[in-house]
Amino acid sequence: MNIEQMDNEALLPDGFLPGLGEPAPGKLERLHARLAAAAADRQLIDVSYRTVDSPLGRLLLAATERGLVRVAFALEDHDAVLQALADKLGPRILEAPSRLDGAARQLDEYFAGARRSFDIPLDFALSRGFRLSVLEHLPHIAYGSTESYAQVAKAAGSPKAVRAVGSACARNPLPVVVPCHRVVRSDGSFGGYLGGPEAKRTLLALEAA
Amino acid sequence: MGKPPFERIVSVHGAVVLRVCHAVLGAHDAEDAWSETFLSALKAYPDLPEDARVQAWLVTIAHRKAIDILRTRQRQALPMDDLPPRESPLGIPGGGHPEVLDAVGQLPPKQRQAVAYHYLAGLPYKDVSELLGVTPEAARRAGADGVKALRAALADTSSPASKGTSR
Repeated sequence: MNIEQMDNEALLPDGFLPGLGEPAPGKLERLHARLAAAAADRQLIDVSYRTVDSPLGRLLLAATERGLVRVAFALEDHDAVLQALADKLGPRILEAPSRLDGAARQLDEYFAGARRSFDIPLDFALSRGFRLSVLEHLPHIAYGSTESYAQVAKAAGSPKAVRAVGSACARNPLPVVVPCHRVVRSDGSFGGYLGGPEAKRTLLALEAA
Repeated sequence: MGKPPFERIVSVHGAVVLRVCHAVLGAHDAEDAWSETFLSALKAYPDLPEDARVQAWLVTIAHRKAIDILRTRQRQALPMDDLPPRESPLGIPGGGHPEVLDAVGQLPPKQRQAVAYHYLAGLPYKDVSELLGVTPEAARRAGADGVKALRAALADTSSPASKGTSR
């Protein structure tokens, strides 16, 4: 073969690429599931995630080895949330629904009105300082009741930090499960919510039923 | 913003890597090679430079895994010079046209690898030559000879009516 011929890129025969075929339907999904299971066994995953449908729209659930680390509403943009998790907790992130079965089931029960508190390990790696103190207090607000931002500030040990309570709730990485929706304004109005005001209304109505 | 979540790497490159594994190893071992490749990649992912060419990186890993699998296969089975052709890809749903898979299976290993890495994964021949441990000219020749052999093999069989892409 001479040089000119070698410079001419040989062409694949017609029909070759289609002939190799797309992977059989479901094959990549099956391989993916096998990868996720093997990676979990070898503790190679920084964050596992899945999505669940809920009355508040599609929720992203993400967990580390230690526990549930993030719940995100659709309007937060799940891709952006996953990228932020990669930046903060590590890029070895895989969709692994089975690892979040427990959390998904408890959320289902909660939205069906059949569960009043969550019993799943939580990882507060995304929160620290006063915000963490606020989040740790929130599960003590009983199902169906509410506290004001001022009450929460007091309970978290800084009575004057009312605004900081507001921002801690607004950045709660574990909404619904850590019930920041139970914190309302002193005048009884709802206040903001990172899932949108309608989502907060829905949750409080669910718990009042 | 740092590297994308690894899930994205799997969803973007999973199908190509499976094709490459299939072409190099045949249907039987392709899935094991795919799994081993992505497991290794996941492990190494945090240390991958952010400007790395991800597909070339994955193909490099897949190449090494394929060699491992071939060595194991050779230890377990009768010694053989060539890759065993025809890991009965026929009849696998969605596995493509049997005659195409068969034709790939009949190629000598270097040609098969050159075709897979250059044509299926889009690696430049310079990269292919490094993977195969040959000169770029030899890699290019292996790819060209492989394609020529495929053309001949496919012309022999009654070719299906489908008109495919060529590049």
